[in-house]
Amino acid sequence: MSSCAPPVGGIGLEGIDVSKETVIDGTVSSGGVPAGGVYVRLLDAAGEFTAEVVTSPQGEFRFFARPGRWTLRALSASGTADAAVTAGLGAPVQVDLTV
Amino acid sequence: MSRSDALVDIGWAEKHLDDDAVVFVEVDEDVSAYDGGHIAGAVRLDWKSELQDPVRRDFVDQAGFEKLLSSKGIGNDDTVVLYGGNNNWFAAYAYWYFTLYGHADVKLLDGGRKKWELESKPLTTDITARPATRYQAKPARTDIRAFRDQVVAAVGRDNLIDVRSPDEFAGRLLAPAHLPQEQSQRAGHVPGASNVPWSKAANEDGTFKSDDQLTALYRDAGVDLSRDTIAYCRIGERSAHTWFALHELLDVPNVRNYDGSWTEYGSLVAVPIELGD
Repeated sequence: MSSCAPPVGGIGLEGIDVSKETVIDGTVSSGGVPAGGVYVRLLDAAGEFTAEVVTSPQGEFRFFARPGRWTLRALSASGTADAAVTAGLGAPVQVDLTV
Repeated sequence: MSRSDALVDIGWAEKHLDDDAVVFVEVDEDVSAYDGGHIAGAVRLDWKSELQDPVRRDFVDQAGFEKLLSSKGIGNDDTVVLYGGNNNWFAAYAYWYFTLYGHADVKLLDGGRKKWELESKPLTTDITARPATRYQAKPARTDIRAFRDQVVAAVGRDNLIDVRSPDEFAGRLLAPAHLPQEQSQRAGHVPGASNVPWSKAANEDGTFKSDDQLTALYRDAGVDLSRDTIAYCRIGERSAHTWFALHELLDVPNVRNYDGSWTEYGSLVAVPIELGD
């Protein structure tokens, strides 16, 4: 039984059939350098919270969503950032945020 | 129980960091979170390796809980303040555990680790050493935990609150969106369940909404809190968050957490399942 807990930086893609997944990933930076420990929230088209991960020390995050429109929202002590994204099956989409 | 008994804020925590009667306990699945920095003096509980039976799918039993808390240096008279990542999901799950085994004074730190970090409060990597105790747990309460047969019997009779995201409720996702979606169990929800995502009970910074906001949330979702209620999610920790909001903050009796949750119900043979929003 795996938990619902978000692993830091999102889970790795090793051993995962990406063609069957709708991956949204990317990085968060602050002042031009990767920002680790930032909380990234995935909100659905209605603005409803769906998931949250913490960025890795390299500022990376990853979600396994479903095709459609989503909003990413980053929260950190230094500020917040939002980005709209459209995700598709088997076509990972990358989003870079600055806080 | 009420909000003032069950929930403390960061200001309260800061005033009690050196209070010998208070033990801060961080609960995360991701043990690296604690190792990377924790509240000074906090001990760690691992929800999986320490709170679960290593063989069958169940809790550690009363003796196991006593042994665990004794080894952590937690005494029966200590005020236990739980906090953690994931908007306090696992801390709320541990809170439910402590309540189940009858700990007298247990509280949740509002906002958990996220709020603490967003406010740039200090974390330390210093190792916490507490002398072992002789903790004595009470027999596990049965009035705040739901088992599968009770859930099946509750269909069409009691409140069932599915606290997963709308996409998981509808059957479009099988797991939270930060996890891969290839799973074996069936998708959907228990027939008649109301979908009130756990996240609606929390603010963006992880703190709980006010009592008035919580009351309106469940009322507007059509949940009649005068009836018996069972909350569930996927494995029972997000629903522990909702159990905490209802049972501890709003002081609603007759609320159970179904820790078997969708990973059990969605794998049962011949039980009814509903799809869609």
